[in-house]
Amino acid sequence: MSETIWIKNGRIIDPKNDRDESGDLFIADGKIVDRPSKDSLDKATLIDAKGLIVCPGLVDLHVHFRVPGQTHKETMLTGTQAAAAGGFTSVVCMPNTNPPADTAGTIQFIKDAVGREALVNVFPTGCITVGSDGERLAPTGSLRDAGIVAISDGGRCVQNNGLMRRAVEYAHMFGIPVIDHCQDYSLSADGVMNEGFMSTKLGLRGSPTEAEDIMVSRNVILSAKTGARIHLQHITSKNAIDIIRRAKSRGVNITAEATPHHMSFSDTEVGGFDTSFKMNPPLRSKADRIAILEALVDGSIDCIATGHAPHTDYEKDMEFDNAPFGVIGLETALGTALDQLYHSKRLSLSDTLSLLTNRPSEILQLNKGDLSPGADGDVVVLDPDREWTPNSDSFHSKSTNSPWIGRTLKGKAVTTIVSGKLIFENGEILP
Amino acid sequence: MATSGMPWNRKDLISIEELTADEILTVFKTAQAFKKILNRRTAKTPALRGKTVVNLFFENSTRTRVAFEMAATKLSADVMSLDMKTSSTSKGETLRDTVENIRALAADIIVIRHSSPGTAAYIARVLDIPVLNAGDGAHEHPTQALLDCYTLHEKFGGLQGLKIAILGDILYSRVARSNIWAMTKLGAEVTVVGPATLVPKEFEQLGVTVSHDLKSALADKDAIMLLRIQHERQNVSAFPSLNEYTRMFGLNKTRLSWLKKNAVIMHPGPINRGVEIDSDLADSSQSVILDQVTNGLATRMAALYLCSGGNAESLVKS
Repeated sequence: MSETIWIKNGRIIDPKNDRDESGDLFIADGKIVDRPSKDSLDKATLIDAKGLIVCPGLVDLHVHFRVPGQTHKETMLTGTQAAAAGGFTSVVCMPNTNPPADTAGTIQFIKDAVGREALVNVFPTGCITVGSDGERLAPTGSLRDAGIVAISDGGRCVQNNGLMRRAVEYAHMFGIPVIDHCQDYSLSADGVMNEGFMSTKLGLRGSPTEAEDIMVSRNVILSAKTGARIHLQHITSKNAIDIIRRAKSRGVNITAEATPHHMSFSDTEVGGFDTSFKMNPPLRSKADRIAILEALVDGSIDCIATGHAPHTDYEKDMEFDNAPFGVIGLETALGTALDQLYHSKRLSLSDTLSLLTNRPSEILQLNKGDLSPGADGDVVVLDPDREWTPNSDSFHSKSTNSPWIGRTLKGKAVTTIVSGKLIFENGEILP
Repeated sequence: MATSGMPWNRKDLISIEELTADEILTVFKTAQAFKKILNRRTAKTPALRGKTVVNLFFENSTRTRVAFEMAATKLSADVMSLDMKTSSTSKGETLRDTVENIRALAADIIVIRHSSPGTAAYIARVLDIPVLNAGDGAHEHPTQALLDCYTLHEKFGGLQGLKIAILGDILYSRVARSNIWAMTKLGAEVTVVGPATLVPKEFEQLGVTVSHDLKSALADKDAIMLLRIQHERQNVSAFPSLNEYTRMFGLNKTRLSWLKKNAVIMHPGPINRGVEIDSDLADSSQSVILDQVTNGLATRMAALYLCSGGNAESLVKS
């Protein structure tokens, strides 16, 4: 049976409702409530949040949970444990599974795994094209009926502009947003890091920012034409940000996300050929990194998403060219976001948390990131000042491919509650 | 232990970037001592007797592989060269497992060539034995730069103030990168020249001049190093055709006259005669191309010797 939770003496920050005050928060029967009955209060589970922040559970629009087909990297259980440990109560998982999630049957398989194993809310997405091959449209309507919240070709980008136009128009008919990984393959070619001085020095093949800029432009143009919502994943380029900023000022229906790693690092990190810094899009120049932070401050980039991409040790322990792209991020995102935006005094605590709660939720209309009465009882209690240093044993994810190992972060989730149920407390997933 | 006069405390030779000018000069002095030994009637030294050198070549090579084999042989080491394109890595074994297995078979020194930048550094971190980089993608080819600069060092008595042009495919060239590091550390002024698509301006940050104008780039140079156009590393065409390349950037008699009068012509090989260089220039008196090859033996002996703990000072004295 659902329990009543009484979170006492915290500083409640609910960015969606402009609320920032000390007080108590109550959850009963899985929902936020104003004040439960005296009877249920007597039996309530008490959480002392003195000195801590109480805010909506974090929302991540971009994770790869590897179900089905690559469960040696992550499972629905380990992925959602990582989410809970990082303070995330809702995640949107990408369809680049094996097989890719391009049929209602595969979506049902994913939902079954969610039903059996997931500790947090998991929203599936389906493919834009069959097999994410960029050739033929996947059945968006059937995928919607099966329960997707958006379509995306996962780590891939539809190169054919005519096909992308049709995909966007067709999905718009169902009110399904299109999520795109913006990358022109003729420009990125077989690049493994950012094109620039570092790639020149290291002799690694470079992928230029223009590969992103051109596809961002393409998507702006198609969104403007159709009115459809296109969400731009992991924006990394200063020029792309400029394109987004100008499109938004004209009212184009695009949104964009930035990742904690692109916010935190630049391509100089690749100097030691450390594959923990190999991701796609790659880490860019310092100027690009600063532009990302500025775009998060001025709203040109709408939210933070981790791009959580687990790979095993033995897959990443490889010559640089042959290692897979991607890093995990669910358990470090809060600390890095607070470091880069709040502790560095670029944004208030509430505005920083907004990028991880109501704003991502609004992009895909997930109805999360809200502490008003009647909202889902998804809450995180966090300590914005707690310093911690991840090591390879810190993670609940099945994989440990994190560039933050050995680096001190400031900010950590203390308690995570999903639908009124305590699932994570003081470093432990609760049984 | 190396003394302050001839420093060398490295188990590996991975890049020129990490070497000091003094370390490079230590290699030169050691190479010079070995060159004397090579000129003796019994051109062999017991320096590495009982050690096994394993050459792991994941990419094609003739010159470098043979030079390393020969160098190890002249040092009395046992040597074996493995063509890794047909090895267990093609059966799905990771590179780490492959090299750990070879280490477990009592290899004492690994020489590795691989198409991926950073691979030699990666293997050097994995293994506790000396690892010598024989070329890692477009990153570095340190022994090539050592032999090139040693050749210039012999010819000119040092590189301080020398004006050198490197012409050709710079972007995809590990030879260019290693030579840029070595030449600039030794005090030379380096200009890299070639088509804009193969000579990006980012190279300026390595302390060289970037040029796309052959005439001004060659003016007043003491040496020109030509690089082969590496078709195998270019996935999209960076210039229209080899014919056009030759017309725009190939070295011919007229263009040779733009350099200093007795400027030397260098080429790391393999040469594409008639493409980057007119055939007769490759064989001319200004060419030091075969001197480079010969010096490649002595410098690789020096590299193997120093990385396995050999004492440069005592060798030079003996």
